[in-house]
Amino acid sequence: MTDSLAGRTIDAIWRIESARLIAGLARMVRDVGLAEDLAQDALVIALEKWPETGIPDNPGAWLMTTAKRRAIDLLRRNKLRDQKYEEMARGSELYTEDEVDRAVDGEVGDDLLRLIFTSCHPVLSRDARVALTLRLLGGLTTDEIARAFLVPESTVAQRIVRAKKTLSAERVGFEAPSGEALKGRLSAVLEVIYLMFNEGYSATSGGEWLRPTLCREALRLGRILAEIAPAESEVHGLVALMELQSSRFRTRVGANGEPILLMDQNRGLWDHLLIRRGLAALERARALGGPLGPYALQASISACHAQATVAASTDWVRIAALYEALSRVQPSAIVELNRAVAIAMAFGPAFGLQLVEELASEPALANYYLLPSVRGDLLVKLGRAAEAREQFELAAALTRNERERELLLKRAAECDLTELK
Amino acid sequence: MPNRELIEAMQRYNEELVKAGVLLAADGLHASSGGIRISYPEPGGKPKVTDGPFTEAKEIIAGYTLIEVKSKEEAIEWALRMPDPHGFGEGQIELRQVIDLHDLMEDPETLAKEIALREQLERSKP
Repeated sequence: MTDSLAGRTIDAIWRIESARLIAGLARMVRDVGLAEDLAQDALVIALEKWPETGIPDNPGAWLMTTAKRRAIDLLRRNKLRDQKYEEMARGSELYTEDEVDRAVDGEVGDDLLRLIFTSCHPVLSRDARVALTLRLLGGLTTDEIARAFLVPESTVAQRIVRAKKTLSAERVGFEAPSGEALKGRLSAVLEVIYLMFNEGYSATSGGEWLRPTLCREALRLGRILAEIAPAESEVHGLVALMELQSSRFRTRVGANGEPILLMDQNRGLWDHLLIRRGLAALERARALGGPLGPYALQASISACHAQATVAASTDWVRIAALYEALSRVQPSAIVELNRAVAIAMAFGPAFGLQLVEELASEPALANYYLLPSVRGDLLVKLGRAAEAREQFELAAALTRNERERELLLKRAAECDLTELK
Repeated sequence: MPNRELIEAMQRYNEELVKAGVLLAADGLHASSGGIRISYPEPGGKPKVTDGPFTEAKEIIAGYTLIEVKSKEEAIEWALRMPDPHGFGEGQIELRQVIDLHDLMEDPETLAKEIALREQLERSKP
């Protein structure tokens, strides 16, 4: 076995084991930062020993035992030195290895849930939540996180150090919220995961590495969360949304990097396994009963597209109704714009245009290029080429995406041709 | 059919994969005696459909597991944790990587062929 192969194997084991390891240790020491340090110490020891001794049969248990021994040493030392730590240690009654075993080998899912709630804690900034979650639950290195966000490694390292300090200073316990607090905290967790996903999904730079890594990681975290919090409808809703959106990865960008609109995508290239998984997750969200939340509603809209084998068979009436429901639970001008598009598709461009024109005075959409772009599109359909041209030019001036601008200017030029005819 | 002990071990293993968020799909397959083979004895000729059981059965594919992981090493590590599929030290696990369309992106000609093939498959669906 070469050193580098051993190194890569240990990396793989770390990726599989680290979240459970850190979660179990955090329950012992009640401090996420300290738990990660202990787990990292165990990893360093493994990196020294395993290339010589070979990888143990149960590497996860080996890492846990090693880290636990260090934790016990630390707790004992602190017990003699520090009254505060003594209370902490007494509170958890962790003095012998047997006792530690019993405490740590409890319900792993509960520990993971506590870990994800802690790393997405509201005392942290959004950037810090995302970085810490990728680090603690995704097992990604600081370098990998930095590459995914196109920022220097030192920035991510600082962000993580500061986040751990904040958790410690704010005395954030290693607890999962319950009752009333759960809903709010859960939506913070879902927001972090979806932020991660969108960062990858909407990435226009950074090459092939970036997009799959962030999206896959977000999806993996969502799938884990669906296992450890199965009674939460919105968790399944978010997973469904991410699975369905991921199913269109291959088709949303053309060979020259140009964006391809949903209606123009080659549906044969959609990933049907992910569509099936997305629909199943959505079914789980629905089966839990109650009104659908914003993620499940967005997933339902995405599912309408996924279920249409050709673009022409899209159920736009249903999509318009779903956007209406979404605008009630999560009112936003962008949702309204989407609803207008759906209505235009379902009932004709004139109805859609009326809604779009009502939105034109909306301050939130004042500089949003899609508003004039949609307006131009509907005007073309109504045969009002001169007005459409103005709208496409306005949209071209507003977009920051070079390829989008080219596309819009091309459409503006096409309006001229229509007029000449 | 595999014995109860093996089924339970496989279920525990699959559960572990699900909890780690890496499992995409997994299925066990019925014995090949109930299978059907389609062969092409002559190039360009008509296919021949044969019902099982088949006489020569050196290898039997008993099931598949589709996982999504970051590296080859991670795939190996997960595969090592799978229970011995045959249960008598005679089983084997083979790891194969799914071809990602991006792997083909490098070569536009291959990509174009692949897209054409998929379109054709889509059209031929009922």
